Amino acid sequence: MSIYTLGIDIGSTASKCIMLADGKEIVAKSLIAVGAGTSGPQRAIDQVLQEAGKTREEMAFILATGYGRNSLEEFADDQMSELSCHGKGAGFLFPEVRTVIDIGGQDVKVMRVENGVMTNFQMNDKCAAGTGRFLDVMARVLEVDVENLGSLGAQSTKYVGISSTCTVFAESEVISQLSMGTDKRDIINGIHQSVASRVAGLAHRIGVQDQVVMTGGVAQNTGVVNALQEALGREIHTSPLTQYNGALGAALFAYQKYQKAQK
Amino acid sequence: MSIEVLLKEFAEISEHPRRQIQAFKAEGKKVIGVLPYYAPEELVYAAGMVPMGIWGSNKKTISMAKEYCATFYCTIAQLALEMLLDGTLDDLDGLITPTICDTLRPMSQNFRVAMKDKLPCIFLAHPQQRKPAFGIQFTMDQYQHVKGELEKISGNTITDEALREAIKVYNRSRAARREFVKLAGQHPDVISAVSRSAVLRAAWFMIKDDHTAKVEALNAELKALPACDWKGKKVVTSGIICDNPKLLQIFDDNKIAIAADDVAHESRMIRVDAAETGDPMMALAQQFADQDYDILLYDENSNQNRRADFVVKQIRDSGAQGLILFMQQFCDPEEMEYPYLKKALDGAGIPHIKLGVDQQMRDFGQASTAIQAFADVL
Repeated sequence: MSIYTLGIDIGSTASKCIMLADGKEIVAKSLIAVGAGTSGPQRAIDQVLQEAGKTREEMAFILATGYGRNSLEEFADDQMSELSCHGKGAGFLFPEVRTVIDIGGQDVKVMRVENGVMTNFQMNDKCAAGTGRFLDVMARVLEVDVENLGSLGAQSTKYVGISSTCTVFAESEVISQLSMGTDKRDIINGIHQSVASRVAGLAHRIGVQDQVVMTGGVAQNTGVVNALQEALGREIHTSPLTQYNGALGAALFAYQKYQKAQK
Repeated sequence: MSIEVLLKEFAEISEHPRRQIQAFKAEGKKVIGVLPYYAPEELVYAAGMVPMGIWGSNKKTISMAKEYCATFYCTIAQLALEMLLDGTLDDLDGLITPTICDTLRPMSQNFRVAMKDKLPCIFLAHPQQRKPAFGIQFTMDQYQHVKGELEKISGNTITDEALREAIKVYNRSRAARREFVKLAGQHPDVISAVSRSAVLRAAWFMIKDDHTAKVEALNAELKALPACDWKGKKVVTSGIICDNPKLLQIFDDNKIAIAADDVAHESRMIRVDAAETGDPMMALAQQFADQDYDILLYDENSNQNRRADFVVKQIRDSGAQGLILFMQQFCDPEEMEYPYLKKALDGAGIPHIKLGVDQQMRDFGQASTAIQAFADVL
C-alpha cells in the first residue's frame, strides 16, 4: 500500500500543491493563482485531494512551505522554509543540480545544492526589483499579459536599456520609452535583461556552478531565462513543473519526516 | 526573585522607556538623553542625573524628522529625532550627541537646530586617533566640555569622588551584563532570544544600580541551573541593533539560540571597563582608547582584519555554528566592513547570512524565511 504525502507551497502570488506516492511518484498537483491570505491555499488543497480522489486522513504527512506556510498550522503536520524545499525539489528533478535560481512573486533566491541538500543561499534585499512582481508591474504598464512577455520579447530587434533597478523608477523609465514611441517588444526585452542583470549579481555572491536550474513562476518566461543564460554564460535548465518545485520539495520532505517518525 | 518574574520586569521596562522617564521625573530626577555611541554615561550619573539611552524606536514611523534629515540617514538617528519632535522625549533635560559615524556627525546639528531653546544638546566628538597621548588628551577635553554642560543642567559639580563612584557602578553593570550574555548563551532553554534582548535593552532605560541588582539576581539563578542540553542551533548576532521582539521571536520559533553577540547596542558597548583609581577623567578617556574591534573605531592595523578575526573567535569560543548579521539600512560603516567580515567567515568555514533591516520594518516574512533556511543549513 502506498504512502501519500502532500506538499503545499503558499507563495505571495500563487498556491501550489503536489501529492506524492512513496516519496517518488507525483499522484496529483494543483495551482491556484492567488496566494497567502486568500482562498487560494484552501482551493489548491481541495483541488489536489479531489484530483487524486484522496482525503486529508489518507495523507501520511503534510508539509507547508512558502510565504504563507505558518497559516496552515492546523492543517499541516509541519512547515519548512521554501528555500530548503526549492533545493530539495530541484534535486529531485535534476539530480546533478548545484545552483538553483528561484524567482518568485516577491523575492529572488539563489541556492547552492550539494547532493540534493541546500548548503548555502542568498536572497534579494527587501525590494521588488528582479521579482515576479516587477514583471507584473511592467506588463500592466505595457498593457500585455505577463504570460506573453517571453514571446513578445523574443521578437525584439533593438536594444533598449532599462537601467533602474527600483521597480517604481523602472516603471517611469518604461512609461518614458512608451511616450517616445519605442516598440513594446524592445522594451520587454530590456526589462528581461534588467531582471537577469539583477539576479545574476545575486547569484555571483554565492558562486554559480553547473548544473543551474531555474524554478518559480518566472522560469516560464523564456525571455528572462535566455537573458539570464547570457548574463551567467551558462545553460539554465527548467522543468514543466517549475512552478510546483517548492511544493514538490515540501512533499519530498514530508515523506522523509514520515519515515523518520516511523523509526 | 524567580527567573520568570525578573524577565517579565525587564520586558516591561524595555518596552516602556517613556514610562521610565516619567517615573524618574516624578521622583524629581533630571534625565539626559544619550545617543549612540560611547558617550560617557558615568558623567551623567556622577552629576546626579539619569542617562536614558536613545537608540531609535521599533514602534514609530518617520514623519516630522523628514524636515531635517537626509533620506540616507539611518532610521535609528531619524527616529531619535522623531521622538524628540513628537513629544515622546519632552521630559528630557538634555541630550548628548556623539558624532562617531557619518550620520550622527551632521545629525548632531540637526538635533541642535530642531531643539533650538527647547533642549540643551551637548556635542561630543570622539577622536579618530584615540590611542596616542594626544588622542587621549582630545577625548579628555571633549569629556571636560560634556562635564561642564552637564553641571550647568544639573546645578551640581561633578567631583572626582562622585565620578570614581560612577565608574565603579558602571564597571559593575558592564561585568554583570557580560556575565549575563555568557549565561544566556549557556541556558537558551530558559533565556529566549526575546528575553535576552529585553534584559540588555532595559539597561539603557534604568538607573544602573537598579539594573545591575536585577541582572546579578538573574545571573545567580541561571548559575544555579543544571547544564542545558540544547538541541537547537546556536549563532552569534552582529550589527548595530537587533532589539525588535517580533524579529527575535523568529529565532525562538526556530530554536536558534544567541550564543554571543557583536551588536553595538548590546555587547560592543560593554566590553571595556574604566580604571577605578586615579584621575577619573583620564580613566574614562583611557577606557575609550582601549575600545577595539568595532567598525566605528579607527584601527591602524586594519590591514590585518583584526575585527573580523575577533568575531570569528567569538563564534568559535561561544560554540556557535554561524553568524546572523543585521545590516541596518544606510549604515555605511557596517556595509563597507561587510566584505572583510565575509572574507574572514568564509575563510574559517563559518556560515552566515546578512539580513537588511531598519526600525520601520513591521513585517518580517522575508527575514523569517531566511532565518529558518539558515537553521536548516547549519
